[in-house]
Amino acid sequence: MMQMLTMQTGAALASRSDWTVLRPLLAQSVVQTLQMVLVTIVIGGALGLVLGVILYGTRPGNLFENRVVYRILDILVNIIRPIPFIIFLAAMQPLTIKVVGTSIGTTAAIFPMVVMCTFATSRLVEQNLVPVDHGVIEAARAMGASKLTIIRTVLIPEALAPLILAYAFLFIGVLDMSAMAGYIGGGGLGNFAIAYGYQKFDQTVTWTAVIIMIVLVQVVQAIANAIAKRLLRR
Amino acid sequence: MTQTSEPIIVFDHVSKEFRQRGSKQSTRAVDDVSLSIGAGDIFGIIGYSGAGKSTLVRMINALEQPTSGLVTVLGERVSAMGESKLRPVRQKIGMIFQQFNLFSSKTVAQNVAYPLKLDHWRKDYQDKRVAELLEFVGLSDHANKYPSQLSGGQKQRVGIARALATNPKILLADEATSALDPETTSEVLDLLKRVNEQFGITIVLITHQMNVVQQIANRVAVMSAGRVVEQGDVYDLFAAPKQEVTKRFITTAMDGLPDPARVETMHEQWPGRLVTVVIRQRDITDAAGATLVPASGQNISELIARYGVHSSLLYGGIDTVQGVAIGAVTYEFSGDDAHIGSFLTQLAQDSDIVDFGTRADPVDYAQAVARAQLAVPAEGADADGEVHTLANDVEMLEQVDDVVEMNPEDEQSENKECA
Repeated sequence: MMQMLTMQTGAALASRSDWTVLRPLLAQSVVQTLQMVLVTIVIGGALGLVLGVILYGTRPGNLFENRVVYRILDILVNIIRPIPFIIFLAAMQPLTIKVVGTSIGTTAAIFPMVVMCTFATSRLVEQNLVPVDHGVIEAARAMGASKLTIIRTVLIPEALAPLILAYAFLFIGVLDMSAMAGYIGGGGLGNFAIAYGYQKFDQTVTWTAVIIMIVLVQVVQAIANAIAKRLLRR
Repeated sequence: MTQTSEPIIVFDHVSKEFRQRGSKQSTRAVDDVSLSIGAGDIFGIIGYSGAGKSTLVRMINALEQPTSGLVTVLGERVSAMGESKLRPVRQKIGMIFQQFNLFSSKTVAQNVAYPLKLDHWRKDYQDKRVAELLEFVGLSDHANKYPSQLSGGQKQRVGIARALATNPKILLADEATSALDPETTSEVLDLLKRVNEQFGITIVLITHQMNVVQQIANRVAVMSAGRVVEQGDVYDLFAAPKQEVTKRFITTAMDGLPDPARVETMHEQWPGRLVTVVIRQRDITDAAGATLVPASGQNISELIARYGVHSSLLYGGIDTVQGVAIGAVTYEFSGDDAHIGSFLTQLAQDSDIVDFGTRADPVDYAQAVARAQLAVPAEGADADGEVHTLANDVEMLEQVDDVVEMNPEDEQSENKECA
């Protein structure tokens, strides 16, 4: 809290192009963004993987076929995913307070991000597992592999390249979410661009933040492409 | 030849019904099948697409459970086992597939090692076994390649190596050569034969290609509309098919008998008496040793010489089934009518013949064939004179396959039409 107050005081004092003041703020924003995005991707990505495998597995005709579970999860994902994140952020406030203890700040922003990321990931994971050839799953069953072993050693490895691309896609979505964290005092590059660029009519500041985001996205996408390409060359 | 030893796989009045989505109706994919497969057999199960043979074979390793009846494999009643209890049984049953089903994310060596990993082999034993298997299938140089870098035949050989990894007693081959060209098919079949001979592994082979059965199987069951309509030794079935569907499979594998269009062309070219002689190198006997169908065409050369008839060999096809010659050859005999008549009477005593008459006095095709009571192209010729072959039947069936899969009910009627 204290930190945030000093940050805003500092901003008020800064003149249009006073980068000596802006530079540390920018650095801090980058750190906050990376922190939110990475924590969200790791936790939400992992939970989403589990939920996605459950969605896939309970689909009619699949390993753990269960119409009831599939229907419930399917509807739940369909309800949560289309909610605009900024509204979701507000709607989650009571739950965020219960879980995190506060509803403002970077940590408070991470919680709804993780929840949204989990549901988004689950759908992407499910969709990328569906095209895996049922023949290889049958082959593994015929060899005596258990269902969980099949998921771990056949299903996920077979879909790994598209899954990695899906996570890169997700990274962009999470970065997008993190930009709205500013509304609940979460800081980050989005907040930096709005507070010091847009609201102060300084396009240079806005575009600095935009370019950093573009670079981040490009780097992540390039790494994902390279890994996927290596996997797909098989 | 009949080496039916101790049964290793027994189906006892097995039926399998599939319930259709959203309806109470169900379809019988397998209908009251009782079948016994002996240890060491190469047992062919032949039938058109959707005849139920895939479902039947999947009940051996319990990928499918029967709706009723018992399946006993290696002394274990697999038709009532839970997944976890099935695991050790499944490790004794290898399986290969039409689409190979190799793991595309794993190298050739990793594919072959997969069942060993499941069986918790020590890493150095795994490596040794993988090397051994790859050598057996002739792919030692390809250990570190990925499946996508291999040809179809190579992929199937990896499939075979993988299926053999845990020293199974039984190998299930589900249309294992259907996606391969004829030459590669032969290579893979030779390999399967080696598997059978060297390791004594019982092979159950599903196919819609009669020549596959002919090439390596010693016993065969013919399936149609979920039922086993005929079964026995491969040679017996080839030489004396009883069921219409069996006859159709066989005529496609052996085209020694000319089709009507061919007979017509031959009449145009050759004025003399056209006679097809069925060749069967030996008698077909039942279990008790009584002759069911006698040998045929064994003294043809001798008779031609003795009667001194002028003969031209025009058409024919002879193949060996389990090392025994079987087929048909068509001659033109010319000369004095009465002389040829007595020659043919003599010939017919020890052989099955089809007499198509002369150009001046031809015998109707259907009549000629009916008189000889042979396995013939069932519905005769199509309008364009083309014989109704298995190849175009299968093509036809496969065109409607997608529809069939969505609506298994139709599948059954499809088959009844074939049968």
